[in-house]
Amino acid sequence: MSVLVYTESEQGHFKKAALEVASYAKAVADQLGTTVTAISVNAADTSVLGNYGVDKVLHVNNDKLNSFNANAYANVIKQAAENESAKVIIISSSADSKYLAPLLAVGLNAGYASNVVAAPSSTSPFTVKRPAFTNKAFENTQINTEVKIIGVSNNAFGLVENSGSASAEDFSPAIPEFAVNVESVDKATDKVTIADAEIVVSGGRGLKGPENWGMIEELAEVLGAATACSKPVSDLGWRPHSEHVGQTGKPVASNLYIAIGISGAIQHLAGINASKVKVVVNTDPEAPFFKAADYGVVGDAFQVIPELIEKLKAFKAQQ
Amino acid sequence: MKILVCISHVPDTTSKINFTEDNTKFDANGVQFVINPYDEFGLTRAMWFKEKQGASVDVVNVGGPETEPTLRKALAIGADAAIRINTVATDAFSVAKQLAHVVSNGGYDLVIAGRESIDYNGGMVPGMLAALTNANFVNSCIGLEIDGTSAKAVREIDGGKETVSTSLPLVVGGQKGLVEESDLRIPNMRGIMMARKKPLTVSEPVEASPETQSVSFEKPAPKGAVTLVSPDNLDELVSLLHNEAKVI
Ligand SMILES: Cc1cc2nc3c(=O)[nH]c(=O)nc-3n(C[C@H](O)[C@H](O)[C@H](O)COP(=O)(O)OP(=O)(O)OC[C@H]3O[C@@H](n4cnc5c(N)ncnc54)[C@H](O)[C@@H]3O)c2cc1C
Ligand SMILES: Nc1ncnc2c1ncn2[C@@H]1O[C@H](COP(=O)(O)O)[C@@H](O)[C@H]1O
Repeated sequence: MSVLVYTESEQGHFKKAALEVASYAKAVADQLGTTVTAISVNAADTSVLGNYGVDKVLHVNNDKLNSFNANAYANVIKQAAENESAKVIIISSSADSKYLAPLLAVGLNAGYASNVVAAPSSTSPFTVKRPAFTNKAFENTQINTEVKIIGVSNNAFGLVENSGSASAEDFSPAIPEFAVNVESVDKATDKVTIADAEIVVSGGRGLKGPENWGMIEELAEVLGAATACSKPVSDLGWRPHSEHVGQTGKPVASNLYIAIGISGAIQHLAGINASKVKVVVNTDPEAPFFKAADYGVVGDAFQVIPELIEKLKAFKAQQ
Repeated sequence: MKILVCISHVPDTTSKINFTEDNTKFDANGVQFVINPYDEFGLTRAMWFKEKQGASVDVVNVGGPETEPTLRKALAIGADAAIRINTVATDAFSVAKQLAHVVSNGGYDLVIAGRESIDYNGGMVPGMLAALTNANFVNSCIGLEIDGTSAKAVREIDGGKETVSTSLPLVVGGQKGLVEESDLRIPNMRGIMMARKKPLTVSEPVEASPETQSVSFEKPAPKGAVTLVSPDNLDELVSLLHNEAKVI
């Protein structure tokens, strides 16, 4: 009856989102008076999960699962859920987890709520809060099935440390044949991704041209942030499409979002509003972004950003 | 190849969102509805398959009569026929069940849906539909080629993309990249005239009970005014982000 959490890893290491969903699972398990079991695939060392409230780890080690396959992974989690008689399953909002979740939901006849932003407000009936209308509102959703799947929004719950320890058990589920096969992967492995980042530094058309992105990248580097951009910037080919954020681009739910030379059009804000703290740097005090931001600098990015980089370097050196 | 494009009927992003009946119902009053942007990319890609590979393209919506103008717009863009399943779309699972029935009965080879709908932002229907119809599934699809019964798709992953090979029958959850913004089509007069004569079939729903239920809505707490920092005093910004916001 324990709460099952799928803790994702990459090249053997748990993603930050895995530790966050483990923290969330612990909170739900406390509400239900039960324990947390994690299912992990090809992780090198599972002991860290104990620090985030996991009691037991079902550890799968299988080379067939080296590349992600939504159907196979959903199947593995389903078998783990059945093994544990889990009634609540927690996953993250990574691209992979969102891909497998609906398959898992059908497989387990489970109701699924995605992008959940807080611990359940009630467990009977089981009620969770999630954004709707592209962050313009929240919906309180009740899950009425016996088995429930909760997808937790990135950075919504945070990491909650715990002084427990997790026992590990080898788990050898049956792996179905793959019907979707990865041919090639094109991914920068040395950069923080927008999905995982706690801080995102984003540039807009106000930066005038791609040659001016050096300072954006430097600022991101100082902060350990991911870089992003507005839609016109990617449309103009100044930056890759994978950096385009907003309603038609990637959603951002970081702790800090820094918008530089971005006007703050509603379609842009729709995609980044889930970020907790927003900073805008813009020459135009009338730019709509100032209404959405927590902190603002009315000023020229070409002066403000290099100076901000220096100040931040000094700050980091002091820490 | 028979293609079905799933069309979600959603408020335009610029709409003001309000709720009625003690914050339990979305207030559609005065709201302009559009084809879900992710579905529009998919529909436009379907038009390419129609024109270049001779595919037939139907569109489907699960919803009440109010969604018909949205389906007519899809016909004006070039779809051959539209189907409306006459029931209120409650949760993703029951919508997927209705769509599964249409897919199985219609013998569709390829189903193109959107990565998520911009109203309830579930991102659930395409995957559930794939599971219910035993079709292969590619989510966050940003590129799709079909050759006979083989498919090559590009999927967006966190931090990049990957190319996958699979086969029909296939369901994709699509987004920008399937086509570019500049490929989107505004229906012309001829398209609109022709759309009036194209079939829009209304079917009654099959039995499907929802698994989740929306109990109430709330608006985000009103945001306080922005704290302005002078460009000559960026130390203050660093200090605010560290001490007040606690994000660095
Ligand atoms: C259906 C639809 C979907 C869309 N989806 C998205 C989306 O997902 N994401 C998205 O971003 N947009 C989206 N858009 C576009 C959106 O409406 C805006 O056009 C876009 O966000 C504007 O980008 P921008 O702020 O970079 O450029 P602009 O609006 O041109 O703003 C540039 C800003 O830079 C400021 N500036 C100029 N010089 C400087 C300087 N030296 N220093 C500092 N500031 C300076 C200006 O004051 C201005 O505010 C969508 C539009 C539609 C219709
Ligand atoms: N009521 C509906 N009718 C037809 N298709 C739908 C409906 N709701 C969702 N879809 C499809 O499923 C996709 C994802 O929706 P959702 O799971 O609701 O985020 C949409 O982009 C549509 O393609």
